[in-house]
Amino acid sequence: MSGILEFVTHPLNAVTFFPLVGVVAILLLAREKETLIRWVALGTSLITFVISLGVLGLFNPQDPGLQLVYDRPWFTVAGWTIRYVMGVDGLSILLLLLTTLLTPIAILSTWTAIQERVKEFMIFFLLLEIGMVGVFLALDLFLFYIFWEFTLVPMYFLIGMWGGPRRMYAAIKFFLYTMAGSILMLLAIVWLGLHYGTFSVPDILAQGPVMGPVQYWLFLAFAAAFAIKVPMWPLHSWLPDAHVEAPTAGSVILAGVLLKMGTYGFLRFNMSLFPDAAKYYAPWVALLAVIGIVYGAIVSFPQRDVKKLVAYSSVSHLGFVMLGLFAFTPQGIEGAILQMINHGISTGALFLIVGMIYERRHTRDLDAFGGLWKVMPVYAVLSLITALSSMGLPGLNGFVGEFNILLGALGSRVLGSYWFAGFAALGVILAAVYMLTMYQKVFLGPLDKEENKCLQDLNWREVVTLLPLIVLMFWIGLYPKPFFALMHPAVEHLLQAVLK
Amino acid sequence: MTVPVTWQDVAALLPEFFLVVWASALLLLDVFWIREKRTTAWLSALGFVVALVLAVGQMGRAPLLAFRGMVIADAFSVFLVALFALSGLVGILLAQDYLARNGIERGEFYVLLMFSVVGMMLMARVADLVMIFLALELFSLPLYVMTGFARPRADSEEAALKYFLLGAFASGFMAFGIALVYGATSTTSLPHMVDVIQAGEADLALLTAGAALVLTGLGFKIATVPFHMWTPDVYHGAPSPVSGFMAATAKMAGFAALLRLFVLVFPVVADLTPVLWALAALSMVLGNVAAIAQRNIKRLLAYSSIAHAGYMLSAAVAFADPHLGPQAVAAILFYLVAYVLATFGAWGVVILLERRIGQEGLLLEDYAGLSRQYPGLAAAMAVFMLSFIGVPPTLGFFGKFYLFRVVLDAGFVGLALIGVLTSLVSAYYYLRVVMLMYMKPGEPIVRREPRVQATVLAAAALTLFLGLTAASSLYAWATEAILRFG
Repeated sequence: MSGILEFVTHPLNAVTFFPLVGVVAILLLAREKETLIRWVALGTSLITFVISLGVLGLFNPQDPGLQLVYDRPWFTVAGWTIRYVMGVDGLSILLLLLTTLLTPIAILSTWTAIQERVKEFMIFFLLLEIGMVGVFLALDLFLFYIFWEFTLVPMYFLIGMWGGPRRMYAAIKFFLYTMAGSILMLLAIVWLGLHYGTFSVPDILAQGPVMGPVQYWLFLAFAAAFAIKVPMWPLHSWLPDAHVEAPTAGSVILAGVLLKMGTYGFLRFNMSLFPDAAKYYAPWVALLAVIGIVYGAIVSFPQRDVKKLVAYSSVSHLGFVMLGLFAFTPQGIEGAILQMINHGISTGALFLIVGMIYERRHTRDLDAFGGLWKVMPVYAVLSLITALSSMGLPGLNGFVGEFNILLGALGSRVLGSYWFAGFAALGVILAAVYMLTMYQKVFLGPLDKEENKCLQDLNWREVVTLLPLIVLMFWIGLYPKPFFALMHPAVEHLLQAVLK
Repeated sequence: MTVPVTWQDVAALLPEFFLVVWASALLLLDVFWIREKRTTAWLSALGFVVALVLAVGQMGRAPLLAFRGMVIADAFSVFLVALFALSGLVGILLAQDYLARNGIERGEFYVLLMFSVVGMMLMARVADLVMIFLALELFSLPLYVMTGFARPRADSEEAALKYFLLGAFASGFMAFGIALVYGATSTTSLPHMVDVIQAGEADLALLTAGAALVLTGLGFKIATVPFHMWTPDVYHGAPSPVSGFMAATAKMAGFAALLRLFVLVFPVVADLTPVLWALAALSMVLGNVAAIAQRNIKRLLAYSSIAHAGYMLSAAVAFADPHLGPQAVAAILFYLVAYVLATFGAWGVVILLERRIGQEGLLLEDYAGLSRQYPGLAAAMAVFMLSFIGVPPTLGFFGKFYLFRVVLDAGFVGLALIGVLTSLVSAYYYLRVVMLMYMKPGEPIVRREPRVQATVLAAAALTLFLGLTAASSLYAWATEAILRFG
């Protein structure tokens, strides 16, 4: 009993597994009590968010290493002691907060959008939160893999059960694509376990990296899993399908958090476990990243489905993150981490915005709108801020991240060329083109469609859904220092280890 | 010369002895005394419970050769005997209502099932080549009859005939292989054979040929490619509870003898490593690829069972390595537990949805909409499917993890790659079942049969939670189940 108590009272376990309380409570409720189920889910995710704030309170930003580490032997298999290791550091603390913040927001966005099988929806959503938080906190490769692969299951159901017309195709494509990468990572993880006799990342790092050509193969196996998740060009084709078909809340979490699991994986595992291979492959990764930036932006432009447009813009934005990470400079990596958060905020908000209009008009076709500014002023203003944030206008969050990434890539010795940053900068311009075109088509011009004339502006719930994200856009855009302060020591620490 | 049977002999085979006596008595009671077939079912279930208790009572004892070295009670065999007793119990729970509602309930069924289980238990106990053959026939013959139990349905009879003919053919291979091995070592006693081989007195070429033929015979029982042809037809034609029982237990029995022979006696025939490699790879590829095309759930599960035989066999490829051999055994036993749980569970769901024997309710489309009306049952089926794929945190994931560990440790990177890639392929068709249950509308008709439902839910709960909570103890148990001869 005391063991269980000790387990659950550790803040990191608490923040990971608290949603389970909500899952059990919802399981016990009758499926007709939909409102109560919604409130339980929202309450659970809000308490989880409060716990994560508690973790932030306990977090010491000056300490570059892992903090709040919970390390216990979990079970033993033929000489392997598989450990249960959880910990947080400057690389993961912001992603933890992003996850716990976006989950209640996403749940709130489903209040009227999800009417079918509310019980199952909320159960899967809370299970998904457990998986995502676990991915960012787990520091044992075996444990990490369990969380990583587990996130597939609830997301598969969320897309497949509450998605659009082609939801089944999108769901299975999402599952198979992601699994294709992760099984290669599984083999690499087993190999590492055989080599080191442990899966605990701190222990592995203490023993030093694997030498020789094997390191390069291991890098590629891990990279396969993460690159699909990011997704990096040319492995991105599952993303537009998944986004278009997923329900709004699913898209928010998919773009906001699940994609970050890929970039986080590169940052946490590929760079520190296989430093030589990471530096060797850095220009290639950067090349794919830059292609992704430009390609995503160009393909976004002609899209008529708003969701698809935002989905392709994600390919572009995540390209920036990858470029920043593999620049191997402090600005680059810090910018990349901040850009992960920014993308979660801005793209999360964009999907919420698309969801709000879709709920009213049941279409996402750009040509079906026009002049909405006149009937939905609040909506139009919030959308404008979000669009500007997404395209990187100075003063809003996107600019800070992208600027640092470009700086980092310019000064990168590992990349060794200005061209990466040069072409990436092109992406910033293209982003303005497709974002502003979209805004123009939806909100400006004459209000000439009959169906649009009597649209209701946002209600209080929808404003509350967006407001925290809008506040963060301004906060990060105007005063990003506290965010950088959280990650700076950890990034320095990582770079010292990798570049030595 | 008379051979006295000592109490020690009986003690070594106590669960089997009990089951044989119980089954024989039940056969007579069923004819002369019992009116209700239900009573026979309950009594045979009780017999398995007692056998399970007796098997558990054998745990932790020192290995014991009995009946003049014909059989052995070691940790490995006790592990499997306990598992077989449990499987027999589940087999009866799954079968009873099904037989009754389809009008084919006869007391002999339960007795045959008990005799078959005794044969399987002996497969785990073998210490002599002759015993392998006897045990193999003892567990196979009742299965042939049970396959044809839906007489006069043509597909059931056809399945029985096909299974019998091919099975007899495989037994022929087995007998020939045993003869060659005897020729090579001039002994049938396995412990003695180990000594002869270690002393270098065996004819290696003859031994290799004999081992290959034995492998053929056992490969038929565990349904590996290319000895799998019968599997889809037999699983399809047999009454569903029999198919489920066979899929779970016959494979276990085959692996029991295969592991004992190859890991303990034949490591010297390392020449067969590529053969095993190929069998494993072919089974994984063909089983999974062919399963994609199936529209009938019974055939789908049949091909999936072929694929899982391939996964287990891929760990057995390391048999010739003295260090990895025991680990391969432990990994395979662990995987067997995961496989058996999910198999019984999935077949239980099939039984609940099968409306009339071999007819309605067997197509994948019949599963559409299951999650709306029967959320518990659909969730259980989803858990089995995810466990078959190997998605954490189900037991199947832990099973595959250990298997791949052994395969990689033995240096068969290519085989491990084939293993994970075919798992990906398998995700496609397992998820189609999940997709139909959860994402398509439909009006499935499900039987209300509490025993089957309870079995399904128990299997699902174990599959879901055993991995996270008891993987360590289960693996420790499997690791201690080492093969020994004294």
